[in-house]
Amino acid sequence: MTLSRRRTAALAVAAVILGGVSGCGGSGGGQDKQGGDAQGPSVFSVALTEPDHLTPGNTSSSYSIAVLDAIFDTPVYIDADGKPQMRAAESVTSDDQKVWTIKIKQGQKFSNGEPVTAESFADAWNATAYGPNGWTNNYYFENVEGYDALNPEKGEPTTDKMSGLKVVDPNTLEVTLTGPFSQFPITLAYVAFVPMPKAAFNDLKAYDQAPIGNGPFMLDGAWEHNQKIAVKKSAEYAGDRKAQSDGVEFKIYASRDTAYTDLRAGKVDLLTTIPPASAPEAQRLLGDRYVATAGGTMDYLGFPMFDKRFANADLHKAISMAIDRQAIVEAVYNGTFKPMASLVAPLVPGYRENACGETCTYDPAKAKQLFDQAGGFSGTLNLYFSNADPSYEQWMTAVANQLKQNLGIQDIKFRKIPASDYLTTLREHKEDGPYRQNWVMDYPSPQNYLEFMWGNNNKMGWENKEFNDLIKQANEAPSIEASLPLYQKAEDIALAEMPLIPLWNWQDQSGYSSRLGDVQLTPYSNNLQTITVKNK
Amino acid sequence: MRYAVQRLIQAIPVFVITTFLIYTMVFALPGDPILALAGDKPVPEQVLNVMREHYHLNDPLLVQYGYYMLGVFQGNLGETFTGQSVSELLGDRWAVTAQLAVTAWIFELVVGIGLGIVAGLRRGGIADTAVLAGTTFIIAVPVFVFGYTAQILLGLNLGLFPTAGTDEGWPGSYLLPGMVLGSFGLAYVARLTRTSLVENLRADYVRTATAKGLRRHRIVGLHALRNSLIPVVTYLGIDFGNLMAGAVVTEGIFNLPGIGQQVFQSIQLQEGPVVVGVVTLLVMIFIVANLVVDLLYGVLDPRIRRA
Repeated sequence: MTLSRRRTAALAVAAVILGGVSGCGGSGGGQDKQGGDAQGPSVFSVALTEPDHLTPGNTSSSYSIAVLDAIFDTPVYIDADGKPQMRAAESVTSDDQKVWTIKIKQGQKFSNGEPVTAESFADAWNATAYGPNGWTNNYYFENVEGYDALNPEKGEPTTDKMSGLKVVDPNTLEVTLTGPFSQFPITLAYVAFVPMPKAAFNDLKAYDQAPIGNGPFMLDGAWEHNQKIAVKKSAEYAGDRKAQSDGVEFKIYASRDTAYTDLRAGKVDLLTTIPPASAPEAQRLLGDRYVATAGGTMDYLGFPMFDKRFANADLHKAISMAIDRQAIVEAVYNGTFKPMASLVAPLVPGYRENACGETCTYDPAKAKQLFDQAGGFSGTLNLYFSNADPSYEQWMTAVANQLKQNLGIQDIKFRKIPASDYLTTLREHKEDGPYRQNWVMDYPSPQNYLEFMWGNNNKMGWENKEFNDLIKQANEAPSIEASLPLYQKAEDIALAEMPLIPLWNWQDQSGYSSRLGDVQLTPYSNNLQTITVKNK
Repeated sequence: MRYAVQRLIQAIPVFVITTFLIYTMVFALPGDPILALAGDKPVPEQVLNVMREHYHLNDPLLVQYGYYMLGVFQGNLGETFTGQSVSELLGDRWAVTAQLAVTAWIFELVVGIGLGIVAGLRRGGIADTAVLAGTTFIIAVPVFVFGYTAQILLGLNLGLFPTAGTDEGWPGSYLLPGMVLGSFGLAYVARLTRTSLVENLRADYVRTATAKGLRRHRIVGLHALRNSLIPVVTYLGIDFGNLMAGAVVTEGIFNLPGIGQQVFQSIQLQEGPVVVGVVTLLVMIFIVANLVVDLLYGVLDPRIRRA
C-alpha cells in the first residue's frame, strides 16, 4: 500500500532535485540531462481516458491516438481543410494508383537516435499485417499485395513480409496494392502507417508500454496505468512540428464529468471531451477558450433488409421523414450534434449538405403518406440500441414517440442490448427491427464511410451491384478529385434505397485553461506541439 | 488460536467455490468479448483466432477454469485483454481502494460512534433530533448525488479539498471521497450506537451501578458503552468489506484508480481473470473481517470468549 506512495514521494524529490524536469519515471533511469532550467519547464496537462495499447499497429482507440499523435509523425497528415499534406514522407506518387512510391524525408530520427528509413516503415507495416501478432489495425493492409500470405485461412503463415512492400533504397518505399486505390495517400495519415524503430522488435511487449516514435515528443518515464502518461520534447526531432513546450502530461480519467470538473478547477489544462450536457456551461465559463469542432462520427438508423417487413424503400423514407432530428439533438445533446442529410460527415471532401434532399427533412404528413403507400407496418416494432451510453436510450425514446405520433405505429418495444453483445447481434443478423448504427471515421474519404458501411457484407444485408461498381470505379479513379463525383453517385444510390438513414453528426467540445496559448485543434489532431505555456 | 486457524481452513472451499461461480458467471455473459473490443471495424479471422486462442476462449468452461486455476497456483493471475498482468494491475489498484476504504472506515468509526454517543446520552434533546434527521437524510440521498455535490461544493467552489485524482496522496486526496463513501455507513453506525446505548442505559446493571455511587462517566464509558458496541462492531466489520466492494461510484466520481473502477470496466469487457481475481480477494477480505469481528466479541464480552 505504501510502496506506490513512497515511489511518488521519491519521484517528487527527484523532480525537485532535477529542477522540476522529472524524467526518471519508475525505472530510475536518470537519463535526463536538461536539469537546472532557471524558469522551470513549461509542461501542461491533457485529460485522457486510459488507452488500450500504445503500439501504433495495435490500436484504433481515439485515446491511444491522442498520445501517439504527439510521439509519432505519420507519412501524411490531414490539414484543417481535410486535404492530405506531406509530413514524414516527402512525396507519395503513383501512375496507375496501384503501385505507389513513397519518398521518405531525409535526416529524420527516432527519439532513440535511430534514423527513420524506408525499412522502418516496412518493418512496422509487416508487423501490423502479420496475422499471428493479432494486432487491431491488421485489416488496413488487406489491399497490399502479399497480405494473404501473412494471414492464411488455416495454419501458420510461411512468411512475415508482404511481397507488396519493397524497400528500393533507404529513402524510397514501393507499395504494390492488389488493385488501384486512389484514396491511398489519405489513408497514410492514419496511425497504422507510422514507422517503428529496430529497437522495438527486440521486445514488442515492452514497446507497447513505452513506444519509441519519430514525432516531436517522446515518452518520459513509464506509462502509469490509469494515472498518467508523461511525454517530453524529443531532442532528436528534425521535422516541422517542433514542440513549443517542454512536455505534456496526459492525466487519465475514468469519467468525462470528473475531467470537466478538474478543468474548471484548473487541475487539468486541456480537455477535448467536454460532455454535451455541460457544453452550454463550458461555453459561458470559458469564453473563447471553449472550442467546438465538428467531428467525423455519424449516427445512423439501420434496417434489417433480410427481414421482409423492412424490404420496402418507402418504409425507410417514411421513418426517416417522421423523425424530427433537430428536436432530438436539441433535447438530448444540447444542440451540439448537427442533423444530417448526407451519409458522410461535413468535414469529408465530397460532402454535399443536402445530398439526401426531401427524405431527410421532417415532414409528418408526407411521411404518413409514404408509410400508407408502403402498406404500413404490422406487428411489434423493435428498436435496437446498446447500453454503452444513456443518451442512446434517450434519443431512441424520442424516435419511438415520433413514430407513434406521426406514423401511428402503436406497438413499439425497446431492445436494449449489452454493449459487448451489440455488434455481435448486428453482425449475426439477430435483430428484427431498426437499430442504432454509428461510424467513427478513420480518414476523411467518402470511401471510408461508403465501402465499410454499405459495401459487401454490410450489416443491413443490403446488396446493390450498381453501388458496388461505382465504389470500385471511384477507388480506381486517377486522382482523389476524380474519385469524388463517383463516390457521390454511389451515395445517391444508397440514399435512394435508404437501408441506413443518416441522423446526425457528432461534435467535439474542447476547453483549455488560461495558461495555454496557440491552441490549434483540428478534427484530425490536437496539435499539442503548437501549444505554448504562459507563466509558471 | 485454534478457533482462528479453523476458520481460516474453512476459507479454502469457499475460495474454490467462489472462483468457480464467478468464472461461470462471467463466462455466461452474452457476446464475444474479442469482437466487442474491435468495435465497428472489421477484424480478420486470423486476428480473432490468435486472440481467442491466447485467452483460451474457444475452450469449454471447465477447461478455461482449469487453465485459470493452474495459473493461480503458479502465482499467475492471468492477463487483461490489453496484455497487462492482472496481479500487477490489482497490486496498483488495491493500494488506492485500501486507502480509500480505510479513510472511509475511520471516518465512519470516529464520527459515527461519536454522534451516536452524543445522541444517545441526551435522548430526545436537540442533538438527538439533529442526528436522527441528518442521518435519515444521508441514508435517503443516493451516493452519486452526494458525491458530485460534495465535489462541486467543497472541492471546486470552496477549494477545501482536491476535486479529483490521487495527486496529493494520502490523506489529502482521500478525505473527501472517504467521507462520501463512508457517509452511508456513518449514518448507520450513529443510529446503531444511539439505540444500543439508550437501551443499555435503561438496563438493570446501570441502575445498580448508579445506586452503587459510580461516577457517570465510568458508568457510561466502562459499562454501558462497552456493551452497546457489540452490534456496532459487527456492523463495522462487515462494512469494511462493503467499503472495499462498494467504491465503484465513488472511485468514478473522484477519479481514483481503484478496484471498483476496474471491476466495472472488466465486467463490461468480460475479462474473466480480472473479475475473478478481484472478487476472490474481496471474499477473502470478508472472511478475515468476519473473523476479526468474532474475535473482538470476546474482548468486549468475556462471556462469549468462554463459550
